[in-house]
Amino acid sequence: MKIKKGEIEHIAVLARLYLSEEEKDLFGSQLSSILGYMENLNKLDTEDIEPASHVLSLHNVMRDDIPALSLPGAEALMNAPSSTEKFYRVPKIIE
Amino acid sequence: MELFRLTVAEARKLLDKREISATELINSVYRRIDAVEDRVRAFITLTKGQAAGMARNAGTKIKSAGPSSPMLGVPFAVKDNMCTKGILTTCASKILFNFTPPYESTVTSRLNDEGYVLVGKTNMDEFAMGSSTENSGFHVTRNPWDLKRIPGGSSGGSAAAVAADECIAALGSDTGGSIRQPAALCGVVGMKPTYGRVSRYGLVAFASSLDQIGPITKDVRDSALLLNSIAGHDPLDSTSAPVSAPDFTAALGRDIKGLRIGIPGEYFIEGIDPEVARAVRDAIRKLESLGAVPVEVSLPHTGYAVATYYVLATSEASSNLARYDGVKYGFRAEGKDLMEMYMKTRSQGFGAEVKRRIMLGTYALSSGYYEAYYRKALQVRTLIKKDFEEAFKSVDVIVTPTSPSAAFKAGEKADDPLQMYLSDIFTISVNLAGVPALSVPCGFTPDNLPVGLQFIGKHFDEESVLQLAYAYEQATDWHKRDPDL
Repeated sequence: MKIKKGEIEHIAVLARLYLSEEEKDLFGSQLSSILGYMENLNKLDTEDIEPASHVLSLHNVMRDDIPALSLPGAEALMNAPSSTEKFYRVPKIIE
Repeated sequence: MELFRLTVAEARKLLDKREISATELINSVYRRIDAVEDRVRAFITLTKGQAAGMARNAGTKIKSAGPSSPMLGVPFAVKDNMCTKGILTTCASKILFNFTPPYESTVTSRLNDEGYVLVGKTNMDEFAMGSSTENSGFHVTRNPWDLKRIPGGSSGGSAAAVAADECIAALGSDTGGSIRQPAALCGVVGMKPTYGRVSRYGLVAFASSLDQIGPITKDVRDSALLLNSIAGHDPLDSTSAPVSAPDFTAALGRDIKGLRIGIPGEYFIEGIDPEVARAVRDAIRKLESLGAVPVEVSLPHTGYAVATYYVLATSEASSNLARYDGVKYGFRAEGKDLMEMYMKTRSQGFGAEVKRRIMLGTYALSSGYYEAYYRKALQVRTLIKKDFEEAFKSVDVIVTPTSPSAAFKAGEKADDPLQMYLSDIFTISVNLAGVPALSVPCGFTPDNLPVGLQFIGKHFDEESVLQLAYAYEQATDWHKRDPDL
């Protein structure tokens, strides 16, 4: 199978990645060959097979609601590239 | 004997008898690092200052009365995807080049409680995506047995550090073989416990349904000891299993007479290096001579494991790695608006393999393809899991090669992602099924490169795996060889 360039560009936007023209070509051909390999899975009839959502038989995991301290704001913001008071700073969102 | 050569168990004895001090031990390890690290390059961050303090504290505790915790004063290397509070944790990615976690992962927190000594944080493939550690965003790690070759991956730094005696033991993480394959290629012992056995809290997520932390050690006893320290339920990880962990060392030394070992024909295929196949067949004969009973089994969906894995792992990764957007931590590239900032940050911060996998996963999950790829792969995962359930009806443990070849040369597979993915062919099914497995050294190729033997157990039966691996190790002396550095 061969992925078209337009499709690579569309996926890149969904993945929030800018790709150079070179990367588009390279990923286009590499993804085509990897996806081609993945299509081997279609040789298997999985009509009545349940998808494996989890390898162990764990279901919803509940815990008691016990109040506890969370990470102090200053520590939570310690790694932020930009912050002000108690907030993360980002570029303008609204036009 | 140089102290840096000690195992955890040996160090424990000498420390408790006060024949050596924790400070002498860490100093010896650091002397070793000074001598070999510029060639091996196993570490991203060395924590010499902290280590000295941790060793002093351990020394004080050992001197005071009362029994020592098993890891008290023992120098460890930790893969750089486990959060260590106040200590740089980069995942070998430029996008986290300056990330200092404000909290501690559960595994390192448990080792801290026991008074371990952190030697440093080890190199890896960026976000654990790779099989050679060549995908590190910072530098390439070399195999201590042959510096022209890769150490395996993604826990290549941890495996190389253990093999080169730059630490006493290490922690790695394993999503598709990332503990076992580098352990095999570096001639050390690596274990991936049952999914859910060890808490993933504070492990930077790659593929959450497959990731598991485990020990990389110089021998099988240390593997059991370290698993004792890190295993057990953790309320902070809702996928950690609510089962109590046994004393894993109790399995060591138990007679293996009558244990049934399954030999799956699908793992002795064309394409496997004949030297690897020969070493593994010799190992099976050795196990037989010790009383184990080989039984042929079939894992019929083995040939689909790599495809299944790369659909599921990349899908989960594309979702998990959405958090790296330049807002909360790490690298940010400036942009005129939010979208441009996101896209520039991610494009400049991630390396090629990470971008490739995010693209693959995004494609597999995107509208119109979800059913064909992601859902299909989940169904095949069920079949792979059932293969193991079926095989384990007639055997106690399954024995296979860990990797189809010994360590390959740096650069050899770097340009062909699919060839690189196929080097995980014998380790991947284990993660898909969630079962435990361990790699132990079982010989050397004519080029003096280590070969690994893989033991695969039932869910939560690490004990049988350790029992067999220990019996094999005690009957051989592969693990006693050291690389000539």
